[in-house]
Amino acid sequence: MSPLPAGDPPVYAARNYLNTPATGLRSWLTTLDHKRIGVMFLVATLVAFALGGVFALLIRIELLTPGPTIMDAMTYNRIFTLHGVVMIFLFMIPAIPSGFGNFLLPIMLGARDVAFPRLNLLSFYLYLAGAAIALWGMIHGGADTGWTFYTPYSTTTTTKVVPILLGAFVVGFSSILTGLNFIVTTHTLRAPGITWSKLPLFVWSIYATSVIQILATPVLGMTLLLVAIEHAFGWGIFDPARGGDPVLFQHFFWFYSHPAVYIMILPAMAVMSEVVCAFSRKNIFGYKAVAYSSLGIAFVGFFTWGHHLFTSGQSPYDAGVFGVLTMFVGIFTAIKIFNWVATLYRGSISFKTPFLYFLGFLFFLFFGGMTGVALATVSLDVHWQDTYFVVAHFHFIMVGSTIMAFLAALHYWWPKLTGRLYSERWGLVGAVLIISGFVFTFLPQFLLGNEGMPRRYFAYPARYQALNVASSAGASVLAIGFSVVLVYLLVALRHGPVAGSNPWGSRGYEWETSSPPPLENFEVVPAFERGPHEYHDLPAAAPGAGEGRHA
Amino acid sequence: MHSAVAHHFESLEKQAEAQRLGMWLFLATEILLFTALFAAYGVYRFLYTAAFSEASRGLETWLGGVNTLILVTSSFTVAMGLDAATRGRTRRTAGLLGLSILLGAVFLALKAFEYHHHFAHGELPGRYYTGPIAGSGGALFFTLYFLITGLHAIHVLIGMTVLAVVAVRCWRGAYDAEYHVPVELAGLYWHLVDLIWIFVFPLVYLI
Amino acid sequence: MSDLLRRLLFLPPAASQHARDVDSLHFFVVITTMLAGLAIFGTALAFMIRYRRRGEDDRTPEIQPRHWHEALFIGVPLAFFLVWFAIGYPQFVESTRAPPGAMDVFVMGKQWMWKFAYPGGPSSLDELRVPAGRPVRLLITSRDVIHSFFVPDLRLKQDALPGRYTETWFQADAPGRHQIFCAEYCGLSHSGMLAELVVMKPEEFDAWIALQRRGLARAQDAAAVPGDLLAAGSSLVEQGRNVAAVQGCLKCHSIDGSRHIGPTWRDLYRRRERLSTGAVVTADEAYLTRSMMDPAAEIVDGYQNVMPTYQGKLTPPEVAAVVEFIKSLKTPAVRAGPSEGPVYESTPGR
Repeated sequence: MSPLPAGDPPVYAARNYLNTPATGLRSWLTTLDHKRIGVMFLVATLVAFALGGVFALLIRIELLTPGPTIMDAMTYNRIFTLHGVVMIFLFMIPAIPSGFGNFLLPIMLGARDVAFPRLNLLSFYLYLAGAAIALWGMIHGGADTGWTFYTPYSTTTTTKVVPILLGAFVVGFSSILTGLNFIVTTHTLRAPGITWSKLPLFVWSIYATSVIQILATPVLGMTLLLVAIEHAFGWGIFDPARGGDPVLFQHFFWFYSHPAVYIMILPAMAVMSEVVCAFSRKNIFGYKAVAYSSLGIAFVGFFTWGHHLFTSGQSPYDAGVFGVLTMFVGIFTAIKIFNWVATLYRGSISFKTPFLYFLGFLFFLFFGGMTGVALATVSLDVHWQDTYFVVAHFHFIMVGSTIMAFLAALHYWWPKLTGRLYSERWGLVGAVLIISGFVFTFLPQFLLGNEGMPRRYFAYPARYQALNVASSAGASVLAIGFSVVLVYLLVALRHGPVAGSNPWGSRGYEWETSSPPPLENFEVVPAFERGPHEYHDLPAAAPGAGEGRHA
Repeated sequence: MHSAVAHHFESLEKQAEAQRLGMWLFLATEILLFTALFAAYGVYRFLYTAAFSEASRGLETWLGGVNTLILVTSSFTVAMGLDAATRGRTRRTAGLLGLSILLGAVFLALKAFEYHHHFAHGELPGRYYTGPIAGSGGALFFTLYFLITGLHAIHVLIGMTVLAVVAVRCWRGAYDAEYHVPVELAGLYWHLVDLIWIFVFPLVYLI
Repeated sequence: MSDLLRRLLFLPPAASQHARDVDSLHFFVVITTMLAGLAIFGTALAFMIRYRRRGEDDRTPEIQPRHWHEALFIGVPLAFFLVWFAIGYPQFVESTRAPPGAMDVFVMGKQWMWKFAYPGGPSSLDELRVPAGRPVRLLITSRDVIHSFFVPDLRLKQDALPGRYTETWFQADAPGRHQIFCAEYCGLSHSGMLAELVVMKPEEFDAWIALQRRGLARAQDAAAVPGDLLAAGSSLVEQGRNVAAVQGCLKCHSIDGSRHIGPTWRDLYRRRERLSTGAVVTADEAYLTRSMMDPAAEIVDGYQNVMPTYQGKLTPPEVAAVVEFIKSLKTPAVRAGPSEGPVYESTPGR
């Protein structure tokens, strides 16, 4: 077990997964290496993120004025649908689990690969295939149903709903295979010494995510398929004109899609548990509480879907049960927030870029979570349901928390992925722009929701304009922030200083190997005698450790 | 070390353990896929109780019964095949798997006969329904009937393909008494296909 | 105080007692959230200043929580969450149960307009008129896709579902005008599906509705919705009688209490019927609608399954009219079987 790297100049691992066994495009596309598959997932999901981001900007520009601004209502309806579909199915759900999870999970377990490498590659190609089918549908007209595909509108609209549904269906199988792979890997490929109580918290959360992916996604797949069949052939499953029940669709849809929200947020929590330890140089406060609360969220998350149906004529008894159960998800999240803050106590806190994103994350998760609990009080939900309040709430969770975590992960593991460091100064600029841009974009939307502006509105009464302009202004700051990050990371790819194996002085298992890691992950598999979040037994002096050389 | 061990597993047992766990998880997703349809069936059965029991009474229960027997028998032959494989008698395994595939084909043939019968009587899903039951209930019953039995039939086909691949490899001697996990997993899949039918039969034909 | 908070939070004016109650919960939630946020982020800030990294050889102790730490982490937020729920949930339950004697208004959403039908016949488009200070029950349905009836000033929202009725109610304080939105995405002109709630002085409303019933304001409404109602002038009950006659309902259902091919409609409304499955249902608006759409689903015990479906044959206003007609056939004194739970008489003034 090596201590912190002590003063030696950082070394770029000469033999690493980026150059072995080969460097050509072909060697990437046919690779079975989980690290390369993870990187390919990251690149693909980032492209999806850029596409979804462009859609988001178009929405915000359109909403600058109460009437039509740059497009007509039909185009607007398609664009917000595609924004939702692309962001959720092509970015949020696969980004952290399939991207960072693939790269890190086997290394954190001391394994050489995931349990089923071929299945892993298949998962990537299923993602590409699903994305391609959905993209085909978007180019040939798109859909105007909203990403929730509520029947009977989705089964009667004349737009290209079917390819988009099928695309999401195929991407769902990619998600199932990844989840299956991770669960089996965690159970069977842990290196000797890594017991369940020494599992990195990242792995715990990704494991909980995988459970949701496996159990919920098939139901979504079937539901989307039923809508596609209904749309194409009129079999009457959700069509009230043929005796079908449109609300049954909502139950099926949210049975998956509510847990899917936890597919998006649990990996974010996974990242942050790692980041908070590494940058406060301190053991996690309440390891068990943080680990088990992930499983708790995964479990309770399956029994809260009815809170999307409070205004659908559901019986008050159902509403009560779903409301209370939703509060429990809030509790599990609260446990994590308290434990993260407590971890800072008597730590040694370093304000590097990933930690800045952790602070943003904490802020957005807190307010996103609290507004979620407020929505579960039922009577308030009646006012907020389907208004911009709900939009702001889930963007606080999904964008605010998950994208903060994604960016934190990108910065924290950037040296691990590429072997190079980015510029901390520009990192600070990017983080400040993104976090403040985010607040400016979505805080006004809470107020818009309070004021009663419904979501998915192409035109709106003039009294809502001021807040909409504020929100659009925030979105432009957000866009500048993302561009800054993109530029300095690309620069760092080529010109960044060499990071060395462990630039942060982190104790996570993945930092025990060189950066970038070799093909087989570890030259010599360590003994894993200590936990992945233990900092109290650092060797006595480590001058200048882990600073890297700055440009 | 056995040649079937992949580079990232320390031993054959470890690899077999991973494969079995993976298969069980996969089967869980399959069950959830059907669960959505069963749930829809339950909801509509509750909403259209009379129409559903009338439509259900109209099905040929004896055909469903015979098909149940056939599938249970095929599961039995698969289990015997696995037993033979554990003793290293893989040619015998291949034969038994072949028999199971044959039984699967008979199942599908009977199902096709039944479908033909439905088509002739206008018992089609949704808007195509021209059968005798008034209201939406009859049409919805047949929507779900075709969805559930159709999805199951697709699974039977996939199962037969998997069994065929494994049987051919058995015949060629790819497995031995030490390593025959694929036989086991293909068998598990076939048992699942059987098990789902065990749920479908009472749900659709008997209740 | 609450006006200031309302302005700070951009809440629209509260036009009913329910809205004010919901706002009080809102304020309580916001204040507790802000206090909790202050405590958590204040603590985090203090830690970040006090425990910032001072040198690369900083060392940190291992600190593990005690059980009471975690119990506190669970207990405190749970207590607050449950208090919120204990306030909010009864408010919701109350908002789903109209008080006896509420005036019924049938609300129908269709792409992309709202149509309102009042007891006694009048109907209007995109303008809902109600009396101040009296409870109004809305029976909401949709003709095509799902819509949602949303009045921000009343903090009230209820989805409009095709093929079935949902209900909600409110009691507006004072005369005034309030925006009505469609809150469930319903296609191209979703954001144009606006209407207005006009709250009138009770006596003015009474005069208005009487005027409407006399048909003085009919022409414009009828012109606005061609072909929607059979005879736009007559009362809903009259229209229902016409629809029932034209569609052949009365060939099987008597209106004088005698048994025929189908159950009689006399005193059918709110009657508790035993079904062929053994279950018991109350023949309320929802049941009557369901029976027209899918007669085979719930057959009254002792009758044959012979009725054809009227799905697609009747427009929602026609369904509403037939339901109103059936409701009008209720004799005050008779009730078959014991009353279970609250029974809401439909409307005053008939």
